[in-house]
Amino acid sequence: MIDQIIFYTLAFIIVAMSLMVILARNAVRSALYLISALLGFAALYIRLQAELLAGVQILVYVGGIMVLFLFVIMLVSVRTMEHQARQTRQWKAAVVIALGVAAELIYLIVRGGSIFVTKQPPDALLTKSQNTQVVGEALYSTYLLPFEIASVLLLVAMIGAVVLAKKKI
Amino acid sequence: MNILVNYVVIPLVKIVVIVAILSGGIAYLTLMERKVIARLQHRLGPMRVGWHGILQPIADGLKFIIKEDIIPIKADRFVFTIAPGISLVPAFIVFSVIPFGPPDSLWGTGGYVTDVNIALLFAVAVSSVGVLGVILGGWASNSKYPLLGALRSSAQMVSYEVAMGFGIIGVLLVANSLSLVEIVEKQRSMGVWFFFVQPIAFLIYYFCGMAETNRLPFDLPEAETELVGGFHTEYSGFRFSLFFIAEYANMITVSSLAVTLFFGGWLRPFSSVAALSFLDIIPPPLWFVIKVLIFLYIFIWVRGTLPRFRFDQLMRIGWKVFLPVAMANVMVTGAILLKFL
Amino acid sequence: MITTNHYLVLAAIVFTIGVIGVLTRRNILIIFMSIELILNSVNINLVAFSYLLKNVVGQVFAIFVITVAAAEAAIGLGIIIALFRNKETIQADEIDLLKW
Repeated sequence: MIDQIIFYTLAFIIVAMSLMVILARNAVRSALYLISALLGFAALYIRLQAELLAGVQILVYVGGIMVLFLFVIMLVSVRTMEHQARQTRQWKAAVVIALGVAAELIYLIVRGGSIFVTKQPPDALLTKSQNTQVVGEALYSTYLLPFEIASVLLLVAMIGAVVLAKKKI
Repeated sequence: MNILVNYVVIPLVKIVVIVAILSGGIAYLTLMERKVIARLQHRLGPMRVGWHGILQPIADGLKFIIKEDIIPIKADRFVFTIAPGISLVPAFIVFSVIPFGPPDSLWGTGGYVTDVNIALLFAVAVSSVGVLGVILGGWASNSKYPLLGALRSSAQMVSYEVAMGFGIIGVLLVANSLSLVEIVEKQRSMGVWFFFVQPIAFLIYYFCGMAETNRLPFDLPEAETELVGGFHTEYSGFRFSLFFIAEYANMITVSSLAVTLFFGGWLRPFSSVAALSFLDIIPPPLWFVIKVLIFLYIFIWVRGTLPRFRFDQLMRIGWKVFLPVAMANVMVTGAILLKFL
Repeated sequence: MITTNHYLVLAAIVFTIGVIGVLTRRNILIIFMSIELILNSVNINLVAFSYLLKNVVGQVFAIFVITVAAAEAAIGLGIIIALFRNKETIQADEIDLLKW
């Protein structure tokens, strides 16, 4: 019961806020709604016993990426564009196609849902204080190579961002 | 029924008590700040309201509530209205994971609202949300000084958060846990405060904490002399007071985390030395409060002493001094732990 | 009972919202935010399966997704700033130099 209340509340918040992101006229409002949606995602991760991920989500997304977004929105001062059209010309076709894709996805999930038998009580692997440790061990042993590649990716992104944003190199 | 009591009623009672104490504490922190600054400048500070100005915070609070609440005509009303809340709420949420007393205190319910396994990450993450209120408030005012303040603060906070995170990792390596309760327990079982193990990490954490709370010498987002008031120039009355409260709550947060991580939280000094057990007559939460007060005093002391940085100096010190030193600290700590433990 | 299906459907809905945002909006910044929505909907799937299969790999992968999102945001916002400096616009359909 409590499970359902929590899930549906969070799902409602996430879906409503996501819709507001793409409907809002103003980019700052969009960013604000996206932040609310991201916090909803973090809460959902806690429900799914991924506490570390929830913390990382808030720290990286809300505290980092969204601040960056707001910074850029302020730099390019979008307020003058508020009364221009929001959508591109192909928006009707786009919505129809996207809804088609969604219908397909949901149909497949509902039809194939019986494959995902939910095992009941979660075992010790993912519970209690172990989460951070277990994720860390996986990250630094089995997935060490992807981890290193991710760090190189971040380095490339960092240099790229500096080069792109600099006026004269 | 038991679940209801354990997970709803008891935490709610604790939350109410903590919020009440915190609000009172913030009110009197403003008085403390004015008094200390006054003494540093050979003045007396507030003297009129009550004995030596003891009722000054109440008068200030009343004034804030009674003043007209102005929303500029060009402001984005919705964002302008909620920005102070975005700044205030995270500052209070952090206290839900900070331990004020040992786990067996308060009739076995523990001297904290909750002890989660990612408490430290949670505290850092949530306090990083507060900056959004500053940025949005500055943007929504639709005026140049607030916008400049908001831009400065977003650049500053993002820069200093990185160094702060690296500073904390040093503690994490030693403590082996993200739970704040376990970190304090570890300091007791090791018999030494982490300040003596990780002094560099502490200094970096504390300086970055000052930058995160927009306090002098890092108060560029609200620099009165150049930006009038920075992000809160257009705010007045009650909404301004919310920003004000958030700043002081953040000061208490930074001090509390510093005490928890580096100065043994609720532990008395030299908790492993039995000869000093007479110190136990002061209960653990009071030790915690005393230590926090010392750090708050240093905050005010620094404000009264140091001039403000220039913006390029601020960025240089953040990226070229704090960050490399913090990273070196993590590496050295890791190497030593690997070699000797 | 909340099953994995619930999470998958939620992720599908958010994914669709993100796709609609990318396809219909003109403002590049909002297109970028829609991409973040898409990445997050994928993360829900990964974490839901990690919970279902009692396997931590999903969470590890979600962390990689967040890393990629951070890198993408840094580069993308750098591009937007460079674009705004040269073209004085951030409307996606006004940047059509290669069409002619």
